Amino acid sequence: MADAVNIPDEAETRAKWSNFAFSKEYKARADMYIGRYPAGRQQSAVMALLDLAQRQVGEETHTQGWLPVPVIEYVASYLGMPYMRTYEVATFYTMYNLAPVGRYHVQVCGTTPCMLRGSDDILAACKSRGLVKGATTPDGMFTLNEVECMGNCASAPMVQINDDNYEDLDHGSMTAILKDLAEGKQPKIGTQLPGRHTVEPYGGATTLHAMVDKNHDYRGEY
Amino acid sequence: MPKVTVDGLELEVPQGATVLQACEMAGKEIPRFCYHERLSIAGNCRMCLVEVAPGPPKPQASCALPATEGQIIRTDTPMVKKAREGVMEFLLINHPLDCPICDQGGECDLQDQSVAYGRGASRFEENKRAVTEKYMGPLVKTAMTRCIQCTRCVRFAEEVAGIEEVGAIGRGENMQITTYLEHAMQSELSGNVVDLCPVGALTAKPYAFEARPWELKKTPSIDVMDAVGTNIRLDSRGRAVLRALPRINDDVNEEWASDKTRHAVDGLTHRRLDKPYIRKDGKLVAAEWAEAFDAIKAHWNGAAAVLAGDQVDCETMFAARELAGTSMLEGRQTGLAYDTSSLSAVNFNTTITGIENADVILLIGSDLRREAPLVNTRIQKAIRKRKAKVFAIGPMTDLTYKVEWLGDDLSALTKAPKALADALKTAERPAIIVGGGALRYAGVHGAALALAKKFKLVRDDWNGFNVLHFAAARMGGLMLGYAHDGGIKKLAAAQPKLAFFLGADEVDYSLFAGSFKVYVGHHGDKGAHHADVILPGAAYSEKSGTYVNLEGRVQRGERAVFPPGDAREDWAIFRALSDVLGKRLPFDSLDALRAEMAKAVPALGVEGLADYGWSEPSLPSDVSGKIVDYPIKDFYLTNAICRASETMQKCSAELVHGTQYLEAAE
Repeated sequence: MADAVNIPDEAETRAKWSNFAFSKEYKARADMYIGRYPAGRQQSAVMALLDLAQRQVGEETHTQGWLPVPVIEYVASYLGMPYMRTYEVATFYTMYNLAPVGRYHVQVCGTTPCMLRGSDDILAACKSRGLVKGATTPDGMFTLNEVECMGNCASAPMVQINDDNYEDLDHGSMTAILKDLAEGKQPKIGTQLPGRHTVEPYGGATTLHAMVDKNHDYRGEY
Repeated sequence: MPKVTVDGLELEVPQGATVLQACEMAGKEIPRFCYHERLSIAGNCRMCLVEVAPGPPKPQASCALPATEGQIIRTDTPMVKKAREGVMEFLLINHPLDCPICDQGGECDLQDQSVAYGRGASRFEENKRAVTEKYMGPLVKTAMTRCIQCTRCVRFAEEVAGIEEVGAIGRGENMQITTYLEHAMQSELSGNVVDLCPVGALTAKPYAFEARPWELKKTPSIDVMDAVGTNIRLDSRGRAVLRALPRINDDVNEEWASDKTRHAVDGLTHRRLDKPYIRKDGKLVAAEWAEAFDAIKAHWNGAAAVLAGDQVDCETMFAARELAGTSMLEGRQTGLAYDTSSLSAVNFNTTITGIENADVILLIGSDLRREAPLVNTRIQKAIRKRKAKVFAIGPMTDLTYKVEWLGDDLSALTKAPKALADALKTAERPAIIVGGGALRYAGVHGAALALAKKFKLVRDDWNGFNVLHFAAARMGGLMLGYAHDGGIKKLAAAQPKLAFFLGADEVDYSLFAGSFKVYVGHHGDKGAHHADVILPGAAYSEKSGTYVNLEGRVQRGERAVFPPGDAREDWAIFRALSDVLGKRLPFDSLDALRAEMAKAVPALGVEGLADYGWSEPSLPSDVSGKIVDYPIKDFYLTNAICRASETMQKCSAELVHGTQYLEAAE
């Protein structure tokens, strides 16, 4: 069922956010993004500006941030766009939150590679710490969502929490990450496997062995 | 001019034509949903697939593919057939099978094309997607589960209506068409999205569950809600007109109609005058025709004044004029008294299509969006296509496009501000439009003509001087001499003993306190309240009539239904009355009347643009003061028919006055 977008109570958000404006730093960054496009094409910066607005809202509310309708309208007026066109962009991309989220927005990838590598365990770990899909925990710390592929299939399963990716997870490491975040500590970003740096083959190369130490020209061997 | 081959038929197509247009020129029918000649190309329904060589070995969307030299196009191959079947099957996957309860049934593109190009049965067994209804205003009913996301309505709102309030939110399966935060569409043209919608997602709210298209009698007619002369088709069943739809006429309305044109028709069955009335002891009492005629005869001294309303046809005005036998004729009810010695100086000379080609346009006291919404769309087009610059003198108002406001001071006419003067000087096709809001002020007409002369707006191949009327009867009335020197005030000062009011509801009746007032009209509105005798006439849907639109285009509409009760066609009333008054009019049929009328005013006998020539009257051009406001305060309630229409009252309350209606579930 494609329901109408769930917009939080309009009167309340309008009362709270109708005076939103970019702070000095954000305004400087917004103008920098606008400056990247030719004059008269400032609308091209809409995605960057929506993201900046969401971040500023996040800072003001001490969460990951979201886009109340008056903030979307502010960005639209800032770029001289009709409200509807900006609203279309904001609803199209899942990166923009249209409802308030918690301090940490936990986005668990549930697409095939992550699922095969155990994303169900990750969701179970979240559940055991009291996170419910599509909702924010009562203390306002975590919002859990299941999302589609984030392009980290080589280090599946993974979650994205705010701006950071946590990869090569299992039930234990996920629980530890959530615990650290709840205690205000910064867990290790990226792969959670010891000895792995990024997405290089874990446990040594399985192909192209000759290339491990030095460059090797395979072309004569085809 | 590229040469292409369509199904073995070689033909030349204009430069820039698409493959779809080439196929149509070859007489091939290409099914489509998103493609529409008057909107930009979207290419998202994929229904128009054809096979094109040279090109990739797969079906191609013909609507978005330019026709090029030497193309071989096939629309009849098994690949094309299979592709169409596939697209149709996908479109129907999420489309509900609710044709029996859908208002689009019988005139639905999806229905027709699935019969013609579909594969007959669905293989889809999963659940269909459902979408919540959206609120789009008092005229558009939505059933968004039926939407196939062709985005015609989105493109119409942006490109023609000029309001970017409709859009597609969400993505993929969750994509939904809606207005911004589900607010009502703030447009005078919102009804057109109903016609554009190829499925039953957007249907007309006032017409919901009224009738099936095959039950309706379709009559070509001319709209009288404004002076554009929109070509319409009246769909009637029995004695009631159920809806009005635009007919295609590229010179006038393209294929659009304003909301008032479409949805004021329910006013035709409310507050109607269906028998004659005579005022006795201050009260209007129902009477017989003969009594009413006798009452008029008692005040007849061989001459009478005639005041025509805004919606009267030329036949009625001609018959009344012949009977009255005076020059005490006036159609400008609100008291305008501009000079009419040259009809070309009060005409929309650039023509409605012509204004599309203008590159600089100056609006003088004209709220075009409310006075002539379909002329407004042409200016929108001029801006989109030719980058036209629009200046305006008058109070600021939202015209849906960018306007450079020069303030409301009329002195800008005589001392043109630099920006305007520079633009007019360098323009290739400059135009000015003088609206009714400005004609009220003395000297504006002359000053506008002087401005036209100064900047050479009238050239050999271009006439940029326009006056914008907004009464359907106006140009016809002026051609028939319904313009008294000095306007209605001077006419009233002559104290006519007997005065006929032809559906005139905007007149200040206190001016005629001393006259015996005969109201010939169809609605019990202001005019009827002040009348001494009421003769019930026919509304525009109930008589064949000739109308002249604001550019001087003579058009004829036909009768769709009969007038209610004892009401008669207006010309027949005057013919019958003439017998009683002993001044028999020389026509017994509408054709005879038209022949007489053509004898008196030859231009009214020929359908099409009347030629007024160009002559410039010399008028005083001293102007001072400010344009205070525009004449149309409430777009939805400008005449007796709209005021009697529940739909229009609702539109007015909601869109003009901001009343909120709660839906039943709330």
